Order: sequence, then structure tokens, then C-alpha cells
Amino acid sequence: MEYTNPTKVDESIYDDDIVRMFFGATVLWGVVGMLVGVVIALQLAWWPANLGLPWTTFGRLRPLHTNAVIFAFAGNICFAGIYYSMQRLLKTRMWSDKLSRIHFWGWQAIIVAAAITLPLGLTQSKEYAELIWPIDVVIAVVWVVFAVNFFGTLATRRVKHIYVAIWFYISFVITIAVLHIVNSLAIPATLFRSYPLYSGMTDALVQWWYGHNAVGFFLTTPFLGLMYYFLPRAAERPVYSYRLSIVHFWALVFLYIWTGPHHLLYSGLPDWAQTLGVVFSVMLLAPSWGGMLNGLLTLRGAWHRVRTDPVLKFFVVAVSFYGMSTFEGPMMAIRAVNGLAHFTNWVIGHVHSGALGWVGMMTFGTLYWLVPKLWKRELAYPNMATTHFWLATIGIVLYTVSMWAAGLMEGLMWRAVDDRGLLANPAFMDIVDRLDPFYGLRLLGGLLYLIGAVLMAWNLIKTIAASRAEVRTPSAAPAVP
Amino acid sequence: MSDTKSGSDKGFHRRVLESKAGLFTIVTTLAISVGGIVEIVPMFTATAGPEQPDWVTPYTPLEVAGRDIYVREGCYVCHSQWVRPMRAELIRYGEWSRAGEYRYDRPFLLGSRRIGPDLHRVGGKYPDAWHYEHMRDPRSTTPGSVMPPYPWLLEKTIDEDDVAASVRALKSVGTPYTDQQLANVSELLRVQSEAIVQRLAETGVQTEPDREIVALIAYLQRLGVDGRRAIEQGLTSPSVAAPIDTTAREENQ
Repeated sequence: MEYTNPTKVDESIYDDDIVRMFFGATVLWGVVGMLVGVVIALQLAWWPANLGLPWTTFGRLRPLHTNAVIFAFAGNICFAGIYYSMQRLLKTRMWSDKLSRIHFWGWQAIIVAAAITLPLGLTQSKEYAELIWPIDVVIAVVWVVFAVNFFGTLATRRVKHIYVAIWFYISFVITIAVLHIVNSLAIPATLFRSYPLYSGMTDALVQWWYGHNAVGFFLTTPFLGLMYYFLPRAAERPVYSYRLSIVHFWALVFLYIWTGPHHLLYSGLPDWAQTLGVVFSVMLLAPSWGGMLNGLLTLRGAWHRVRTDPVLKFFVVAVSFYGMSTFEGPMMAIRAVNGLAHFTNWVIGHVHSGALGWVGMMTFGTLYWLVPKLWKRELAYPNMATTHFWLATIGIVLYTVSMWAAGLMEGLMWRAVDDRGLLANPAFMDIVDRLDPFYGLRLLGGLLYLIGAVLMAWNLIKTIAASRAEVRTPSAAPAVP
Repeated sequence: MSDTKSGSDKGFHRRVLESKAGLFTIVTTLAISVGGIVEIVPMFTATAGPEQPDWVTPYTPLEVAGRDIYVREGCYVCHSQWVRPMRAELIRYGEWSRAGEYRYDRPFLLGSRRIGPDLHRVGGKYPDAWHYEHMRDPRSTTPGSVMPPYPWLLEKTIDEDDVAASVRALKSVGTPYTDQQLANVSELLRVQSEAIVQRLAETGVQTEPDREIVALIAYLQRLGVDGRRAIEQGLTSPSVAAPIDTTAREENQ
């Protein structure tokens, strides 16, 4: 396809400053978000780590962790990747530099506001939609700014054809707007507090329609877009199948939106809605694996390079974890499996195989691939990137395996009934007591993953610093004859 | 690329959709809208949506204040309010959660994780003083607990105007508070909180009616009470799997 042999366009027409800004924000918030994750993992293993302060309890920091890694870490790399790739795919500069800057600074302001309000206990309590109503209003405005710039760029594009990565970006821009606005409708009581328009099970359904599609359209479709652009570029191979990309795109965006009710199985939600959630979740396996296969098979003929290229290593593991977690997800949405897994650490393990495996590794690969392009300087420590890869991979394995084991144990111990018809583990605490080793192992896994990210940050900073020093040093300029 | 060889350049997708950004966006918007519309819109109809039984009453102003504290502290992060209709859960927690019991829950607080036990049937399970001690030091009532202590709830006070603003906002989204209730928030707060302070004093715990802990206790003691009363009065059918031997039940708790 065209990007593999692009018509030469003068690269200077593109706005890469905005890409560098989102790139830097990704690295910064990634380290912060993962650090908070490690802290709350420690709190579960050792409660005094709550520090006895209202602002640092698990109940307030856990939403800070999820918001930081989803909207700050993953969000900023999506924007960096979109601004980099769409200008090149459409062979035009972003429609408005001013809107790009408003988008960047607006988004960072939202993140800072979240980091202040969540520890203060200012929250709406809906998962991944905790931020209070004034911030919700700002999110809507900033998103519209992004959308106007995005569609303005599409409208002024200089190639007719719209490449598959852009399809996924379109679904991201549209769906997140719809989800955010519908789920956030509320009546303010004070500046900091509001009550949703929906109540009870209806509120729960709207929230999980939002919540699961935050996974679908914030952590999946934009990352598939990144995969369709950056993986073929890094592998220097064309996308395996164009037809597969059409089929799996439409199936994915159509099916994903139905799956929310699998978060409410065995609840008061009407049975028909629960069943729709199960059926569509199971069907979602097909388009998810369509995307995984299209990514992995794009590497045919380039597998030998995976051995030496850290970028490809990250991409291969990312796409593999995408395949694993999108297999696990539909299984967990089946009623019988859900009955065991729901409320347990298994769900936490599942989320992190997607978040650390798919989202995190895609992000790392993209950052390592982008840095020499954006700063015209090879990576300062290539071996350190490989070390990062292994730390992250081992970290994910420790994390997911310990949470699977902990979750299975919780599910089985909660439900065990002896032959007299009494609970085998009547005291809830008997089960909590046994989680310590698993929480310890999870903490270790998370810590390895964080250390890897810190190494990456160091590596990228040194690379960028070297590039800047070169620009400033007169001796680096061509000698005047 | 195999697609050009197979002639898909002539196809509708390649020829039309992939070159018309506006059309592509419209079709995408339709594709992502269907599921949400089919699942969410019927929730607002009487026959397809969740039940709206009349045996559920709105939270009192003090319970609203307590619920706001429950949200502020992120209690829902570790505790569900959702007993599933499964044998072990019925024995451990009590009656499964009916849809209608959540009728006045804004926001809903079903939760998604049980780091601690479910709380939907916790109302009336422990005396008020137990909750007071549990918030002060969770390990004093539950040895080995991983819950952090919440000593500030014993000191901080609730603001009447703030509670009145919450009750007004809840009424404006549809919670059926009467005008009289709205005008008497301060009196309703006083009567209920003084009763709790009185009960606490009888068990040797001294506190003031305006403390946050009092509001939180009011809310926790309210959880599941409407549902239990409805079952006792035959307004909803009891679960046949409910334990009969009450001594075994207590042991299990």
C-alpha cells in the first residue's frame, strides 16, 4: 500500500513539534501513572502504605492510577501517534496549529486537574469517568477542538484514499465523544458534586456501556490504528491483508458497543440485556483476532529482525497480548465463567494483560521507533531498550499469573459450600489472609514494569539531550570552505 | 499487495467509502450507535427496563450525606453492593439484590471488586458502635483487615447547606422528595443524627450529631433495609435458597 513506498513529500510541511509535545507527555505521565499503580499494589499487600492520610488511601488513589494510565499515558501516545501518522498518510499539515496546541495544553490541564481532585475525594464514582462535572465539561470542549482539527485535516488532505489506520482513528474520535457526553449527563448540586440523570440499574448500564467501550475505543481502536501505521513501517513490510482489515474493522466497531452488560451479569439488569452482552462479547473474539492476525502476519518475512530490533520485539509481544486478552475477555463474559471470575483479582489480571501487554508494549515500541525520526538521532542506549523489553515482559507474566491464581482462589473459596450446606470459608477474612503472597508477586511484577519504563525515560531523555547538544554545538555545522 | 490483484479496487469500500471521509464517518457513527440504542433506550420503558417497585423509599438527608462520604472515600472501589443470586452469596450475605432496590441510587454503587465483603445487606447486621470502631481502626473489629483506618470521619463535620444542595439536586433529577422535606433538611438531619448519637452513647461511644461518621453510619445501616422489609411483608418473594437455620447463618457471618 502507498505508505510502504511513499511519494516523497518534503517532511518540513508537517507539524512535528506537536508530536514531540505529546511524546514527552506520554513518557512523563506513563512513569507517574505506573508509580501510583505500584503504590496501591503495595497498599493491598501492606495496609500501612495508605499513610494514614485521607489523600493517599487506596479508595482515592486507585481511580488516580486508572485515570493516569488510561487518559494520560495511553491518551497522549494516541495523540502523538495520530498527529505523526495522519499528517504523513494524508500528506498535509494538521489543519490548525492553534487547535493542536489548545488540544495539547487542554488535555494536560485536565490531567493535572484529575491529579488534584481525585486525591481530594472529589469524584463522581463511575469507573474511568470519576472526574467531577466541571472537568467533564472541559473534556468535552477539548475533545471537540481535537475533532475539528482532525476532520479539518481530513478535509484538506492531499491524497484521496484514506488508509486503514485513519478508519480506526475516526472511530476513536467519534465514539469517545458519544460515550463521554451520554455517560456524564448530570445535574450539579455544588461546584464539586453532581448527580447523574440516570438512576440505579439504568445508571449502571450506561456506565458499563461507557466503561467497556472506553476499553474498546480508547485502548483498542486507536492502538489498532497505531499498529496499522507503525508496525508495517518498523517491519518494512506491507499489511498482510487489506480485506481482513475491512472485515475486522467494521465487525469490531459494530460489535464492541453491545458488550457492556457483561459487567452486570447476575445483577438486576433485565435478562435480555445481560444475554445480549454475553452473545456480543463472544462474537467479538472474531474481529479481535482478525486484527491480531493481520498484525502478526504482517511480520512474515521479517521475523528474523525481531531477534535484533527492540521496536519489533515490543510490537510482537503487544499484538500477542492483544490476542490473549481478547480471547480471555469473551471467555470471562460467558455467564458460568463470569460467576466465578467477577469481583476477583482475575479481572485485575485480565485488565493488565491488556493494559501492560497490549497498550503499554505498543506505546513503548512506538516511542522507540519515533525518537530517531523526531530528533534525528539514534537511540542513546539500544541495549537498554532490550533490557526494558525483558523487564516489562517478565513483569507482565508475574503480574497476570499471580492475579489469575489469586482470582481463581478467591472465586473458589467464596463459593465453596460443604456437605452440610454451610460455607467452607465462612469468614471473609480467611480468604483475604491468603492473598498476601499473590499481592507480593504482583507488586514485584509491577515494579519490574515500572523500572523498565524508567529506563526507557532515561534512554529517551539522553537521546533527545544528545540531539539538542548537537544542534547547539557550532562544530556540528558543516564547515565553511 | 494482494488486494489490488484480486480486483477489490473496484469494490464499493475501496472506491467510495475509503475516499469519502464524511461518508465514512457517518457510517462509522451509525455502526457504533446501534448497540447502545438497542440496549439503553428500553431501560426507560416500564416493561423492558428494570423494575421500579413502590416499596423503595428515597434516602433521608442524613443518608444522602453519608452516601456522599461513601463516594468521596471510594468505598465502592473495594466493596460491592450487589448480592448475586448464587447459593454461596445468599448464605454469606443474605437475599440477592433486586433491581428495584437501586431505584433511587444516583450514582449507582454496585461496585466491581470485592477486596472487602459485599455491603448490600449490611444494614442492621452490626450495631452502630461496631461501624464507629471499624472506621476508627478496622483491625479492632476485623483482625487482619487490609482496610485503611478513617479517623478523620470521627472529627470532620457535615455542612447542612451542602446536604440541602444535594437533596435539592436529587429532587431536580427525579427523586420524589416533598417540598416539606426540602424545607426541613436541617430538622430531618438533627432528629436522625441525634438518635444515632444516642444509640452510640448507650454502648459507650461519645460523639456529636454533626460528625461525618454519624452520617456514614446512617447510610450503612440503611443498606438493604427496604428490600428486607418488602420480603417480610410479602411484597417481593423470598429466595427459596435462603438459610432456614438461623444459628448456622450467624456462624457464617
